[in-house]
Amino acid sequence: MPTFVYMTRCDGCGECVDICPSDIMHIDKTLRRAYNIEPNMCWECYSCVKACPHQAIDVRGYADFAPLGHSVRVIREEEKGTIAWKITFRDGRQKSFLSPITTKPWGSAIPELARLPEPGKDVRNSELLCYEPESIRMDDGDLQTLESNGLKLKEGVYY
Amino acid sequence: MARKTIYENDIDVLVVGAGMGGTGAAYEARYWGRDKKIIIAEKANIDRSGAVAQGLYAINCYMGTRWGENNPEDHVRYARNDLMGMLREDLAFDMARHVDSAVHKFEEWGLPMMKNPETGHYQREGKWQIMIHGESYKPIVAEAAKKSADKVYNRICVTHLLMDDSRENRIAGAVGFNVRTGNYHVFKSKTVIVGAGGASHIFKPRSVGEGAGRVWYAPWSSGSAYGLIIEAGAKMTQMENRIVLARFKDGYGPVGAYFLHLKTYTQNGNGDEYETTWYENTKEMVGEYIDHIPTPTCLRNHAFISEVNAGRGPIHMVTMEAFQDPHLEEIGWENFLGMTVGQAVLWAATDVDPKYENPELTTSEPYVMGSHATGCGAWCSGPEDISPDEYFWGYNRMMTVEGLFGAGDAVGGTPHAFSSGSFTEGRLSAKAACKYIDDGKADGIVVSDKQIADFETTIFKPLETYKVGRNEITAGSVSPSYINPRQGLDRLQKLMDEYCGGFGVNYMTNDKLLNIGLKKLKKLEEDLEKIAAEDSHELLRAWELKHRHRTSECVMHHTLFRKETRWPGYYYRGDALKLDDENWHVLTVSHRDRNSGEYTLEKAPCYHLVGVDEE
Repeated sequence: MPTFVYMTRCDGCGECVDICPSDIMHIDKTLRRAYNIEPNMCWECYSCVKACPHQAIDVRGYADFAPLGHSVRVIREEEKGTIAWKITFRDGRQKSFLSPITTKPWGSAIPELARLPEPGKDVRNSELLCYEPESIRMDDGDLQTLESNGLKLKEGVYY
Repeated sequence: MARKTIYENDIDVLVVGAGMGGTGAAYEARYWGRDKKIIIAEKANIDRSGAVAQGLYAINCYMGTRWGENNPEDHVRYARNDLMGMLREDLAFDMARHVDSAVHKFEEWGLPMMKNPETGHYQREGKWQIMIHGESYKPIVAEAAKKSADKVYNRICVTHLLMDDSRENRIAGAVGFNVRTGNYHVFKSKTVIVGAGGASHIFKPRSVGEGAGRVWYAPWSSGSAYGLIIEAGAKMTQMENRIVLARFKDGYGPVGAYFLHLKTYTQNGNGDEYETTWYENTKEMVGEYIDHIPTPTCLRNHAFISEVNAGRGPIHMVTMEAFQDPHLEEIGWENFLGMTVGQAVLWAATDVDPKYENPELTTSEPYVMGSHATGCGAWCSGPEDISPDEYFWGYNRMMTVEGLFGAGDAVGGTPHAFSSGSFTEGRLSAKAACKYIDDGKADGIVVSDKQIADFETTIFKPLETYKVGRNEITAGSVSPSYINPRQGLDRLQKLMDEYCGGFGVNYMTNDKLLNIGLKKLKKLEEDLEKIAAEDSHELLRAWELKHRHRTSECVMHHTLFRKETRWPGYYYRGDALKLDDENWHVLTVSHRDRNSGEYTLEKAPCYHLVGVDEE
């Protein structure tokens, strides 16, 4: 639901501007604070809400079908590898949820493919991708083909 | 501030749009192209771009061959059944035989996978889906792409593909502008892999006013995958095969986990099961397809739509039973928080607790895309070891324009790829693109200064139009000389809805309506020459609209060409209300002439590599 920004919390740092997939979080030139310039192109994806270092951005359900008086707040912590949610209903009931966002220290387990041994000509001319075939079934089995799976090309259906 | 032109020359692999498909392409390209220059151009920020920006709670395409769960051919049967027979089985098989290797890497990179406590295998949501804590799915995958790419250009809206001036029908790069600085960007490249998005917001959405952004597919999925490649003259396939989603009303929260894992089910407003009511009616339209298991999604939609039209709505999802189990209740909520937060916001706002109340469902407006459960997109070459002659021209996932490749929404005929399959398609494209270059196919490309200068004039024209036209009026948005991007988008959505089978006409169209629609699209195209943009942000919206328009035009032509109702529940041809296997068990292929703008359509054979009887 469309985002809005609390006046007293925003310091105009621009993290939301940097991350918004829809290019709708902009800095107001007079106030020097962020705001949603195009609420009807907001997917309520929460990317900006999660990125804001001051919890200055919140979401208010779309005016055309969501009654007032609710909130869904979130804190995403990369170092801890968790995301915490708190849902408050219009009638005041609350629900909380906590989920992992990663199992590894951020970015540490992602390889640089340029450092792997260079693939030879045979592999280049094969159907295999990087780390294949072993990463497909985690065994020595080869890539599956029509032949290996006992399949035959059926006639093209062409009326 | 004067506009600068920024050149990035001598690129080997240019990735346009880095969602799941584009990140897969950039990542893999480095393995095969050690010294190659790999560049990403993305209109947002690759950490949160594409359809997976918000996260996902499931990976919908995983074979599990290592545990003997499924084989690629099983997935081909499944996708074929869901799409009423229509897909490129070579591409589908190829994606499926590689997809697990991508998922295993995601786990290694830190993506939290849920495990079945008894077997230790990935927790299955359904036969094909596995459950993940995927809030950071996209930033994790983006990290892999960043480690492979020489440079990532964020906030570049790519508007056009460059063509080789020395040889017909060969790609030479792309051009666009920076939505923040307003600078003109020229990328000269030997190959281009289009990972841009499918199309939301071409059919009028059910949401109105402030809520118009609440669409099922991301509002930033602007059909650029199609707008870019149709303009470049790539052949397209199955563009009529739009998809309509049965989802939680207004929030469009996903139903997959609910149906498959929580075992919730639907009932009509009276609390009755309704799908069997429409069995005979559906059989009359599509014959034995209604007896297939599982029931094709479009046919379940057909029962839904018919039941509501019969006055027995609304359709409810029965959640009150499953939600009594606290574990399942938690999954139900986390499912939304992980990928459609807006649905949780809506239920909080309306005091809907599915433990005590069965929420309403609705059928969405149509979407045009090729990575979820439908297969719109480019007509691409398949892999050498699988594809029959008509489906193979040298390089896997290469379109009919030389050096132009695709992944995700861009590739046609490969439904049910989803996030992992799109990433896999990107990898396949990247390897093939490197091979294309190594084979010398990209030698001697020439891009004239004229081509670059002409595109610059075209791209920034909306800013000029505004500057000039704005002085004619006192204030406000009403001008006799121009329209703004929002006004143009409203017009496009209204005409697509009314003439091409949107929700407003119960998904019904016919040849007469489609021919009127084509005329209106032509007029809109003329007016899009007079579109005005006040700033760089509006210029972005202007070009998104132009891509949506081109996509819509192709959809309209394809819908007119296929004279049958292949997918009742997605759309209906009122003048041909039955499925017609005798004449239309074929794939549709279109080509738009780059110079004349004229479309030609043809039937292409639908090869079945996988039999029904081999199970």
